[in-house]
Order: sequence, then structure tokens, then C-alpha cells
Amino acid sequence: MSWTAILVLGGGCYLLKVAGLVLLGGRELPPVVNRCVALLPAALLPALIAVQTLTTDDRWVIDARVAGVGAAIVAAWRKVPFPAVIVIGAAVTAAVRALA
Amino acid sequence: MVDPSDSAAPPGDDAPDPVTGSVVLGLAVGVFGVSFGVLAAAAGLSPAKACAMSLLVFTGASQFAAVGIVDAGGSTATALGSALLLGARNGAYGLRMSTILRGRLPTRLVASHLVIDESTAMATAQHDPTQQRRAFWWAGVSVFVFWNLGTLLGALGGDAIGDPERYGLDAAFPAGFVALVVPHLRSLEGRVTAAIGVAIALLLTPVAPAGLPVLAASVAVLVGLRRPAAGEASPSTDPVTDDDDPSRAAAP
Repeated sequence: MSWTAILVLGGGCYLLKVAGLVLLGGRELPPVVNRCVALLPAALLPALIAVQTLTTDDRWVIDARVAGVGAAIVAAWRKVPFPAVIVIGAAVTAAVRALA
Repeated sequence: MVDPSDSAAPPGDDAPDPVTGSVVLGLAVGVFGVSFGVLAAAAGLSPAKACAMSLLVFTGASQFAAVGIVDAGGSTATALGSALLLGARNGAYGLRMSTILRGRLPTRLVASHLVIDESTAMATAQHDPTQQRRAFWWAGVSVFVFWNLGTLLGALGGDAIGDPERYGLDAAFPAGFVALVVPHLRSLEGRVTAAIGVAIALLLTPVAPAGLPVLAASVAVLVGLRRPAAGEASPSTDPVTDDDDPSRAAAP
């Protein structure tokens, strides 16, 4: 990769981030827009969890990650502290992978 | 004290402590930083280039995609296109964070660089604006520091850690996000949005390029077009009623 490509990518990724935060930020938006914007993490984060857990490249895959994230869901539901949820997710995945 | 099993518990009891949470997330990110550095070196990038990427691009998925495509012999244009598509969801995160980070312009220009999955998830899991800002900066700075340290180590040939998957670390992120998503699922509106978002992302995965499935899940926020019934909690307007709750200060 050339330095030019790295700079273009850095600039592009920064512009994407700044677009939301600065160009559109700080304005009073209609309540309905605020409601939709407030829901963005509720839409994106579970989608990200699903993609990171259930897919590899462009395929649906069931593997050790499902066990780890399943254990994390149970842990989070039982109100286990956040750092422990991460450790449980990784440890169960690693254990299932080692056994398989 | 609030019984943890009480469904009427005040908001905030499920919000993770931003400091320890951010450090743990940062450590996991750091291991992936090492593997990014190793991959970059394998793809022919000098340590300076690998470190510049992590400093300037600071979007893990985009960096892995770009370097992976170059390593596989793909064109620079393809690499940039894929990387930007993967980075596009940060724009959606920025929109959400703009309602939380309302500081001066220079501050927001710096904050923009830190708008990623981890910082947005950590911030929006909190309930009052002060904690949201604190969580954003802790997670953003922690991930930035560990990601760049990891990249440096990996690029200099520090492949001692090995494959992060051996430690199940590829599942550490979805596991952490699970815990951070819980507060978003308190309202019916949040649960419906999440279910639609997951369905969109999974259905698009086999047919759309990487990055688009998660980005397209943002369409699920149109659930918010429905006017909430009186008294129904909405994530943006949760009143902060328990600021003086001593249990919050000691929350894990």
C-alpha cells in the first residue's frame, strides 16, 4: 500500500466519522428525528453482534463463537459485571474450539 | 438497595463502569492490534506504514480489510472501497454521538477520530449525559492507545501472542457488545429495532459486500417514526431521576 492510499483511507474514514458528529451535530432536530437517531445503537450493535458471531466472510456459520456469545448473553442477563462478560465470552469460545 | 431481579429497577444499574470496562476492552483490542501489525508486515507494509494506518485510519475492520485485500493481490481501489464501506457505520455512530458530545468545535473534531464501535457502545450504555461523555472518552482513548501499541509490537515482529482466535478473542467483542446492548433493550421500541437490525444484517450477509449488512441495519431506526405512547420510555428522553443514588457510584 502506498503512502497516498494510507492518507486517502485515513482521510476518508475521518470524514465519515466527522460527518455525523460535527456537520450535523449541535443542531436542534425535530423530536421524531431525535427518536430515530437515539435508536441507531439499538439497530447497529445487535446487527454487529450477529455478524461477528454468526457469519464468516459472506457465509452464515455456526461455530465456537456461538457458544461463547451465548454464554455472554446468559452472563449479561444475570447481571454479571461487564469485564467478566467479555472474559466468559472469550474463554467459552476458546474452550469449545480447543475441544472441537 | 435495588433488588437486581426487580424489573422496575431504575436505569443505570445495568450500565458498566466506564473505566474498568474501557481498559478490558482496550486489552482485547490491543491483541488484535498485534495481529494487524503482523498481517501488515506480511502484506509488505513497513512498520511506519502499519503504525500510520492505525493512527490515522483507526477503524479495525477497515484496516484488516484493506491490508487483507492488498495481501491477496487485490487493487488499491478495491481495498479502499471495502475499507470505506466498513468504516461508514462510524458515520451513523457519529450522528448518535452528536447528541451527547456537544462541546466546542475543536473538542468535537478530536472526538470524531474516536467514534468507533467500542466508544459508541460504551457511551450509549450509560444513562446520564456526564457518564455518557466520560465513557466515550475512556473507551475511545483506551482503544486508541492499545490498538496503536499492539500495531507497533506486531509490525516490529512481535508475533509472540499468536492467533487471537486461539484465545477466543474474536468472540470477546460480540460478548462485550452483548453486555453494552442490554440498556438499549429495555424499551419495546429498542427490542423491535434490534430484532429488525439483526434480521437485515443476517439476510444481507450472503449477498452484500462486507460492511453493508451492518450499515443497512440502521434502517431499523425507522421504528422511531411511531410516536411513543404517553409514559413509554424512549432511549433519548430517559429522565435522569437517580443521580443521587449511592449504589450507582459503586456500580461495577
